[in-house]
Amino acid sequence: MAKQRIVSTSINGNPVEFLAAPRQTLLEVLRDNLDLIGTKEGCSNGNCGACTVIFNGRPVDSCLVLAVEAEGGELETIEGVAPTDGLHVIQDAFLGQAALQCGICTPGFIMSTKALLEENASPSEDEIRFHLAGNLCRCTGYDKIVRAVQQAAEGVTN
Amino acid sequence: MRDFEYEAPMSLDDAVALLSGNPAAAKPLAGGTDLIDHIRTRRLEPDLVVDVKKIPDLNVLEFGDDGLRLGAAVPCYRIYGDPQVAAAYSALADSCRIIGGTQIQSRASVGGNLCNSGPAADSTPSLIALGARVVIAGPGGRREVAAEDFCTGPGQNVLESGELVVEIVFPARPAVGGSHYRRFIPRNEMDIAVVGVGAAVELDESGQSFVSARIALAAVAPTPLYVEAAGAALSGQPVSDEAIAAAADAAREAATPIDDMRGTVEFRKHISGVLTDRVIREAVARARGEETGYRIGQ
Amino acid sequence: MATVEDRQFRVEPFPGGTPGNQRLVEEGRLPDYDVVGTRPIRHDGTDKVTGRARYGADIKLSGLLQGYVLRSPHAHARIVSIDTSKAAEVPGVHAVCTNADMPSADHRAGDLGEGIVDWYHLNQNVLANDKVLYTGHAVAAVAADSVHIAEEAARLIEVEYEVLPPVLDVREARGADAPVLNDDVRTDLQPAGETGDTPTNVAKHFHYEKGDVDAGFAAAELVIEREFTTETVHQGYIEPHTATAFWSPDGKITVWTSTQGSFMIRMQVAELLDVPISKVKVVPMEIGGGFGGKIAVYLQPVAAVLSKLSGRPVKLNMDRSNVFDATGPTPGSYMKVKIGVDAEGKITAGEAELLFEAGAFPGSPINPGCMCVFACYDVPNGRIDGYDICVNKPRTNAYRAPGSTHVALATETIVDEICEAQGICPVEFRLKNAVKEGDERVDGVTYPPVGMWETIKAVELSDHWQSPLEGPNRGRGIASGFWFNFGGNSVVAATVNEDGTVSLIEGSTDIGGSRASVAMQLAEILGIAAEDVTPTVVDTDSIGHTDVTGGSRTCHATGLAAIKAAEDIQAQLCQRAAMLWDVESEQVEYGDGATLTGPEGKTISFQEIAGKLTQTGGPVVGRGSVNADKHGGAFGTHIADVEVDPDTGKVQVLRYTVVQDVGTAIHPSYVEGQMQGGAAQGIGWALNEEYHYGDDGRLHNASFLDYRIPTCYDLPDIETIIVEVPNPGHPFGVRGVGEVPIVPPPAAMANAIFRATGVRMRSLPMSPPKVLHELLSSDG
Repeated sequence: MAKQRIVSTSINGNPVEFLAAPRQTLLEVLRDNLDLIGTKEGCSNGNCGACTVIFNGRPVDSCLVLAVEAEGGELETIEGVAPTDGLHVIQDAFLGQAALQCGICTPGFIMSTKALLEENASPSEDEIRFHLAGNLCRCTGYDKIVRAVQQAAEGVTN
Repeated sequence: MRDFEYEAPMSLDDAVALLSGNPAAAKPLAGGTDLIDHIRTRRLEPDLVVDVKKIPDLNVLEFGDDGLRLGAAVPCYRIYGDPQVAAAYSALADSCRIIGGTQIQSRASVGGNLCNSGPAADSTPSLIALGARVVIAGPGGRREVAAEDFCTGPGQNVLESGELVVEIVFPARPAVGGSHYRRFIPRNEMDIAVVGVGAAVELDESGQSFVSARIALAAVAPTPLYVEAAGAALSGQPVSDEAIAAAADAAREAATPIDDMRGTVEFRKHISGVLTDRVIREAVARARGEETGYRIGQ
Repeated sequence: MATVEDRQFRVEPFPGGTPGNQRLVEEGRLPDYDVVGTRPIRHDGTDKVTGRARYGADIKLSGLLQGYVLRSPHAHARIVSIDTSKAAEVPGVHAVCTNADMPSADHRAGDLGEGIVDWYHLNQNVLANDKVLYTGHAVAAVAADSVHIAEEAARLIEVEYEVLPPVLDVREARGADAPVLNDDVRTDLQPAGETGDTPTNVAKHFHYEKGDVDAGFAAAELVIEREFTTETVHQGYIEPHTATAFWSPDGKITVWTSTQGSFMIRMQVAELLDVPISKVKVVPMEIGGGFGGKIAVYLQPVAAVLSKLSGRPVKLNMDRSNVFDATGPTPGSYMKVKIGVDAEGKITAGEAELLFEAGAFPGSPINPGCMCVFACYDVPNGRIDGYDICVNKPRTNAYRAPGSTHVALATETIVDEICEAQGICPVEFRLKNAVKEGDERVDGVTYPPVGMWETIKAVELSDHWQSPLEGPNRGRGIASGFWFNFGGNSVVAATVNEDGTVSLIEGSTDIGGSRASVAMQLAEILGIAAEDVTPTVVDTDSIGHTDVTGGSRTCHATGLAAIKAAEDIQAQLCQRAAMLWDVESEQVEYGDGATLTGPEGKTISFQEIAGKLTQTGGPVVGRGSVNADKHGGAFGTHIADVEVDPDTGKVQVLRYTVVQDVGTAIHPSYVEGQMQGGAAQGIGWALNEEYHYGDDGRLHNASFLDYRIPTCYDLPDIETIIVEVPNPGHPFGVRGVGEVPIVPPPAAMANAIFRATGVRMRSLPMSPPKVLHELLSSDG
């Protein structure tokens, strides 16, 4: 079996070292080795976005990243989004707009939304829908998610 | 997932050495958006994965008067995120905007899309239409092939054992030129092309006549398909419904699709013509600097 | 009393929503509640937006092993032999199991709440015995130190198959020459109760008849008969199935899983492993969507068997392709439906023949399909025959209003065709034929007060219907749909805390905000804030038997239990106040504003008395236990605007409005969310979702890439109009909301496509190749 590697990263602003075998995906290591279970598995092949994390400033599907590729990188997961004294404006917006039902896709949507608003603080509805097309939700029909992203964008710009 | 070793060389020479030292069982990893899934599902069974993203040569994105150099591992978002590249090579940017979702575009590369050599690859028709050449490095040194000559069959290409793609080079954009890539999919995003069409046109100074045109199709043949006859139907002709229809006919004629769950032969041939017509019109509009209100997915 | 036609209605924004969220209001009649109808933040919301909520796959236990299930590559084959010896020898492997490691099961029926299951068949579905009946059918399982080791070991299991020809189409499977999947299946004719005597794929035949059908058609001025087909579709929840089990040396089995019904999992695990239910504890984790697909067991008994063999807890996760290949999609179908109308556009008769795929084992939702096919209309004479037919696909399951979406496609497009032929407005036709209180369905059920007519009225008054749709290749369609909804068993226990709050425990797993809607009903009765109730979903040892979160029953039935618990608290608090005031408890009243009043102007608030419970006899626990049987059926009518690309056949949805009678909306945001989400699933079913099988019975699109559920870039805003015709069987009038909204979309979209193109689509999905084919054929 291939030897495990020591991987040095920053996760949610904290330096983290972990052991990973080459065949372990970043998703598997986050969940199984590092107990960061907020990142969810929906499809394992990059079609649902439930496992979205921000890797070196970009949203990625962590199921399609090898954990060893994180060496020297910066990772942000759902666990790092809320400030210590409350919720992030995006999280507040998802709650206020009832933008979740079962909630399994929610961490991924919040990470994708965060990446979107960091790049484009006032996206149009069309831009929101295009950007979030890599995140599947089967419960909401997306309407309230789009409202939440719009509300969050207002919160980010104000 | 199947067990494998992982290396991340810092230089091209090291990468070539790793790949050629283990030619049958080594696979280069760029964005990984195809490779990792293929290993998971056992479509590929490498013993060694060579991460090529740390090699400077593969990360080049240089726009200049003489053209564009695109490193094989440059992810899609950097390509459409570069305003000069997106303006001058808009077909390429069109492709990069629709490969997977935003998350995929953070990682997936045009080089990887090319080397995966799927018939439905979204960026390869744009490379062909834009006249790109593929720079290959291997144990025997460097060589170049035209983009249309790179793929040889579904999942197959001209790479010899131990070789990898370093970069893709594009000629300078013509004075009055425009390009576009569009695919037909049942949804508006997140699908494999049922048919894809890339076109690059050069117009005369008046913008009223085609000087030249190159057109390529995806998902209608065992490889991305360069349809020389479609470009020839436009070259030297005034921009007209007749000329565009002739090009669309040529594309439809050239298409030799298969029946599968994504589309029937009847449907794919029909769409080949429809899409070629639409893509040429958009490329012409872009050459003329006109807005068409094109929305991805429609 | 004025007839319904005389009453005055208007459509207005529903308070607290966006402009697209509206309601139908009857002049002079507005509901008057404090908590019901408001939009508090859901109690479990913060955990779910911060990643702290623990779903099925998130459970961690010391010594936990990971498992892998080996699945059949064949659609139909006899298992000649299985040799697991090489797998068992792999270092790191702790257990390997096959069907032989489970107790054998008998032919007995179990009721899972959204469908009947035969234990003998369920046993074989969980792990194949002598035959595999679909690709992906579980054959063996391995538990090991890591999932990677388990997978590599499973690949060393040698299974010898004798491959048999598969049958995939219901019409073929019904034929005399078709390969028979299960040699124990005989046709069961219902409701007559007769059983056939030869092996067959036709497991059930339901036959319903009302009135004089032939005379009804003879009296019709126009009779339209059409055939329809739909493909197998999947619920498509984002969370794959997962189960973790530990079989303790003391004989107790604990199962951690995401399920719609922890008590149904308990029953199935107990039955299949032949242990008493008291030896099984099911701990429901948060559930990432179900829609009817997370009721039956797949992994749970297998994880338990692996745990028994290894002595360690074992976790089994499906990946996405397993979910598509081997869980319970909802059936593909063939339907032939005939409707007759008189010169005034009044229905005179209806007839339907419905063939539903059962999948590998009997159990499709054919019976609800039969009962729903003419459920929206007053059909004086009707005949319905429905067949449940085994084919080499996974055993089908409920999917949101199971069976009703199929049949609505047939009925609602024929209705549209009648309107077109007779020159009647589709709204007018539906107003004229809508079922009302007292009408009898073909299957013999008489309607209590229902709101079908009101949903049509809301359509008529809506901005959407009144705004003209302009432009080429565009069309607007409407369609209606019905679902029974359900009541059933629910239990709630609620403890009053000394700080004036209430802890509510329940057995209903929360798929879409039911903690909030149940807590709100308790809060309304007690006169306290929704935020002062803390709802918790607990395991099967900690609360009484509660049926599935399904059948649109939870807000109704578990809500009823919460109301009873609140009333129990009220009665107990009155006794405590009586004790404090030294009066009889009958002299104390629990009144508005959460205030208890007694003789001589004595008052004490809920908060105050909550602080005095230890002095007056100890904590107060309210209990509510119901087997609810007064659920109200519900109707919805949708408006779809589409544009069809005439050159590609691709359909874009331009505008979409969901109108639904929900009885009473407890938490309007989550009611709207159900309406929007159901519509989105229905639109996906209408346009692009389908199982693609090869002739060899292999599923070709077991991924979210090629099983195309809508993305947010495929859909417009989905407008909602909540109609509130109270259910007399619930104190607040709750009917339930979850299922109806998936029913009308395919028919509404088909009708819109017709108005846009002149082409009638009678086969789902209405994907671009099929639409284009029809467009090109009609041009020729």
